[in-house]
Amino acid sequence: MEDKEEQSLNNHSYSAYIITWLALITLTAITVAVAGIDFGNAIIVIALIIASIKTYLVLTIFMHLKLENNTLKVFIIIAIFFLIVTFALLFSDYSNY
Amino acid sequence: MSLEENTAVHLHKDDKASKLGMWLFLLTELTLFGGLFLMYAVYRFTHQAEFHIAAKSLNTFIGTLNTSILLTSSLTMALSITAIRKGNKNLSLSFQGITIFFGLLFLLNKYFEWSHEINIGNFPGSESLLSKSQGEILFYGLYYVMTGLHALHVIIGMIVIAVMMRFTMKNIINRNDNFKLEAAGLYWHLVDIIWIFLFPLFYLIS
Repeated sequence: MEDKEEQSLNNHSYSAYIITWLALITLTAITVAVAGIDFGNAIIVIALIIASIKTYLVLTIFMHLKLENNTLKVFIIIAIFFLIVTFALLFSDYSNY
Repeated sequence: MSLEENTAVHLHKDDKASKLGMWLFLLTELTLFGGLFLMYAVYRFTHQAEFHIAAKSLNTFIGTLNTSILLTSSLTMALSITAIRKGNKNLSLSFQGITIFFGLLFLLNKYFEWSHEINIGNFPGSESLLSKSQGEILFYGLYYVMTGLHALHVIIGMIVIAVMMRFTMKNIINRNDNFKLEAAGLYWHLVDIIWIFLFPLFYLIS
């Protein structure tokens, strides 16, 4: 336990957070820049992929999930999985709309 | 002595359970916003062109600015936890204060944004909005509900962080016992994640 806390302190040094923040700001700039180009319907897919990458960074680094035990990780993965299932089922309904 | 030992063991266990509890709470937030995102997905699918037209009146610059503000506030929140773990109380307090300040800036932008929309008649139930297409009415309905609920979360987050500042001053949150601050941070980051999705879905579709 002591080790893990020590590790957590090292992995979550000030600089690690600042690098993550720079990545998040860069990704925001990319989404805004890409939105100006006409990709048709692909634009929503690109926007959602970038948003997912940003969410992954916030979850793993800012919210320390990277260093949590597997029980907690499984919890969150299952919750996100079922949210995605809900969306998939919804669109299987509406694709014949 | 034995009492002290017991307390220490108890606190340790408590932290782990608290963390799980906090995450469970965050997952219920996922169902709250998830339902709204589902609604958004359906209406956008059935009213695509009208959503694009409606989004034109939103200010992409303010949206981008607010995204940056919220991301930066997430950074300062994370830094405040590192600071307290390193035993740097004053630095942690400053970071918490800056986080609240960014929250205020976010809300201020939101205020200007909403006032602008209301001035040009884009608010639920207004005559000029009701005369528009069904898709545009739905877009603004979702816009106000989703960004409004999000703003409410920002306000709650700021109040929670203010309470954490008080705890930090009183040394209730300290180098060895700082889960309260971490839980507040988890909440703040969740609010950030919700905005990460709201931003492209409302501001970047015109």
